[in-house]
Amino acid sequence: MFANFDFSVIAASLPYLFGQGMVFTVTLTALAASGGIVFGTALAMMRLSGIPGVTHAAKLYVELMRSLPLVLVIFWFYFLVPYIGAWVTGSTTPIQVGAFASALVTFTLFEAAYFAEIMRAGIQSISKGQTAAASALGMSYWQTMRLVVLPQALRNMLPLLLTQTIVLFQDTSLVYVLSLTDFLGAASKVAQRDGRLVEMYLFAAVVYFAVCFTASLLVRRLQARVAIIR
Amino acid sequence: MNYTWNWGIFLEPSPEGVGTYADMLLSGLGWTVATALSSWVIAFTLGSVIGVLRTLPSKAANAVGTAYVELFRNVPLLVQMFLWYFVLPEVLPVGLGTAVKQMPDAPFYTAVLCLGFFTASRVAEQVRAGIQSLPRGQRMAGTALGFTTAQTYRHVLLPNAYRIILPPLTSEFLNNLKNTSVALTIGLLELTARARSMQEFSFQVFEAFTAATILYVLINLVVILGATLLERFVAVPGGR
Repeated sequence: MFANFDFSVIAASLPYLFGQGMVFTVTLTALAASGGIVFGTALAMMRLSGIPGVTHAAKLYVELMRSLPLVLVIFWFYFLVPYIGAWVTGSTTPIQVGAFASALVTFTLFEAAYFAEIMRAGIQSISKGQTAAASALGMSYWQTMRLVVLPQALRNMLPLLLTQTIVLFQDTSLVYVLSLTDFLGAASKVAQRDGRLVEMYLFAAVVYFAVCFTASLLVRRLQARVAIIR
Repeated sequence: MNYTWNWGIFLEPSPEGVGTYADMLLSGLGWTVATALSSWVIAFTLGSVIGVLRTLPSKAANAVGTAYVELFRNVPLLVQMFLWYFVLPEVLPVGLGTAVKQMPDAPFYTAVLCLGFFTASRVAEQVRAGIQSLPRGQRMAGTALGFTTAQTYRHVLLPNAYRIILPPLTSEFLNNLKNTSVALTIGLLELTARARSMQEFSFQVFEAFTAATILYVLINLVVILGATLLERFVAVPGGR
């Protein structure tokens, strides 16, 4: 079965796979996760604001994103971002946007919907008595959020947010459909150039598994440490 | 902005020679639904078995279940798709591998297997959580009635667990449905792939993607409605 297995292909392409591919994957994951958490928090707060139009707009956005496949959303933004750019800058022709920028916008906006749901659950998990106590102390809405609700909510949500980031790390492999060179894209290019599909795809699977498995073990340990005992 | 809208494009003949662009998208929808349903059969059956394995007293069964879930959850779906499509035929015995490669509709069968095994790991987690959420007394009551382990699962634990996990199973079903679009990378002509090729042939990007978006939202609504009806239908009278 592995008689023709050629490890030298993997060894020879390691600098390319990690130097370019993995750096791309990690950069995209980190930027999209940070952007997604910021935007997701805003969405969650909009959804919990109780202001009619705002609540519904946030709900519609989250539900729409969650009912669409990521691949379709990637294509949507790939074609839409140049037009949005033109609209923002007031240009009459669609502006040139690189595939990386388009992928970054896509993942940030797509993951924001998922982060928003985690945030919403986290904020709702803080008991009413806490916000009531904060109001009784004369705190404003923003003070309550910043000093009472969010510190506890974030602590409860941290494991879920990190797990979602691991999912995002795996999902970034879908930039393959835009022919970007992420880790899988790099492996795929080498595989096709050298006709070594078996070695390269198996190696990619092993690397993804090692990274995600280790990360999820760490998240589980973290969860045991930060959990608030009630 | 200089984008020319043309909603009439859907009624124009597609470059395939038969039918219109609308027919093309609908055929894509058909493949999406067929792939989602077929892979769900595997995911639900296998996922239930793995989930049950993880709740059995046996350490070995636990280890097998855990290994399965960790393996399939920690490798991206796209990589798994490539492993099934490009790698599996190569590592099979030569004759069998060639037969697999020449099979008609190979992308469809590959996608069904891949999604089935992938989603099974997620279903397994839900089944396990459902069984573990039941009070310990239920398992003990089964034992007290003289049920074997298999009978306890069949008559006591699983009927309760499935009812509890119906909502998360619905969202796994929807995830599975959305994940069928990943199969466009191995050449399955499902809805997203069809919208993409419509865009390439007609240059009406936004009409094509809007239509696909609406179709996806519609199937989502149908599934959610179906799940609500199912939930009402299987609810135990007088139960929660």
